[in-house]
Amino acid sequence: MEGAHAQAAGMGGMRAAGDLVARMQMSKRMRLKEAKEYVAGKLGCSTRDLSDPVAMELIRKENGLGLVAMTSSTQPGEPGMMEAKFNIAEKLDVHINCVEQFKERTSKFAQA
Amino acid sequence: MEPRIPTRMGDGSLVEMTSSEIKADLEAGTQIAAKKARVPELTQDELDHLLDIYASPARFTSVDLGDEVVLSNDGTGTKHIGNRVQDLQSYETIVGVDMPELWQADYSYKAVKTNVAHEGQSMKIAQALLTNPVQYGAMPDLGRYSQPDGPIPNWSELLPMGRIDEARDAQVAACKMLVDDINFVSDAMIEAGADGIDMDTTGAAGDADFLAALTACRMLRERYPWLGIEIGMASEFVLGMHGQLEFDGKRLAGMWPKEQLEVVTAAGASIYGPAVNINTGKSTAWNIARAITFIKPAAEVATIPIHVNVGMGVGGVPTCLFPPADATSRASKAFVEILKIDGY
Repeated sequence: MEGAHAQAAGMGGMRAAGDLVARMQMSKRMRLKEAKEYVAGKLGCSTRDLSDPVAMELIRKENGLGLVAMTSSTQPGEPGMMEAKFNIAEKLDVHINCVEQFKERTSKFAQA
Repeated sequence: MEPRIPTRMGDGSLVEMTSSEIKADLEAGTQIAAKKARVPELTQDELDHLLDIYASPARFTSVDLGDEVVLSNDGTGTKHIGNRVQDLQSYETIVGVDMPELWQADYSYKAVKTNVAHEGQSMKIAQALLTNPVQYGAMPDLGRYSQPDGPIPNWSELLPMGRIDEARDAQVAACKMLVDDINFVSDAMIEAGADGIDMDTTGAAGDADFLAALTACRMLRERYPWLGIEIGMASEFVLGMHGQLEFDGKRLAGMWPKEQLEVVTAAGASIYGPAVNINTGKSTAWNIARAITFIKPAAEVATIPIHVNVGMGVGGVPTCLFPPADATSRASKAFVEILKIDGY
């Protein structure tokens, strides 16, 4: 059922830019149109690009926003998961909880 | 003779109907919803659009390129293909869900409370392994606080005995406990890195259940201005099990989606999830027209995202274990194109 919804009307998550638009809905309470325009503005692309996995592969790679690792395109030298979320927080100017926790919990002991 | 088109009933069974029969069901669905909720019927253009979507033998349908919406996903994963975090990863990389949700099978904040450290550890691992935002979800589930499962006298037993005041007092007492538990679990999940909290199937036990979710939401918003908070409903109508409870001076019992949206927005939620239950004895065409009619007044005035509940018995998707893609994709397209919703 989730697969049918994803194919019929979904943005594709991190296969495209659905995760980025979702973050703006969650953290800034933006409706879809505003959230898409905000993310597209920050990335310098069109709102249609945000659901296009081909366009977003390049844009995500250029900005270090994380790529789906798969057999034909494993890229261990690129930012992944937590590293990508640091870059997403910076690029979109959005609070990402685990990134802030990571900074706080590492810097606290580094300084001590 | 008018050709017959394969379509679905609300229980998922495949039937054949003529275009005229589907059109008649769409009209009947919007009429009954308009009468019940005292809202306008769908316009002729909207009914014609729904007929285009539903009077088709196509196995699958979809929105136009560029019109895609965000998929939050309560209860992400099957729990049968690995561990829960692997489920979340599968949904991120293979299914393409935008906002997966960590959850446990006993989907209730009261139940999670007893296991919160382990749930928090799973959230922490999920945050390390996923790029998508991950929320934690459970039901408010107020009934868990009533005897014999909980410490509070059972209002469902008190009400038939006519002990109305005691039943109301019991719900208020349970409501306070539930607010504490939602806050307790949420604090732990946020400490573990959660991006959001989902209160799913809210209002299942009536207006006191809804009040607890709204109250907890407001408290969470004050502590965490950045937090994603999704309040998804249990049904189109808030049952008045108490009958007199208010939030910001608004009586909760009897609220339809537009009024639900207003209090959910005032409480500080990020996302409102309306739910309209399926009538299994009617066609999916009848059900989708009814659901869209109920939700349309909310969609027209919303200032926060609306993620309609569309799965297994709500939002035009049949009540069955494996909802067929033909019915699911039609519901997807209908909500996006008629209501301009923000997600599912």
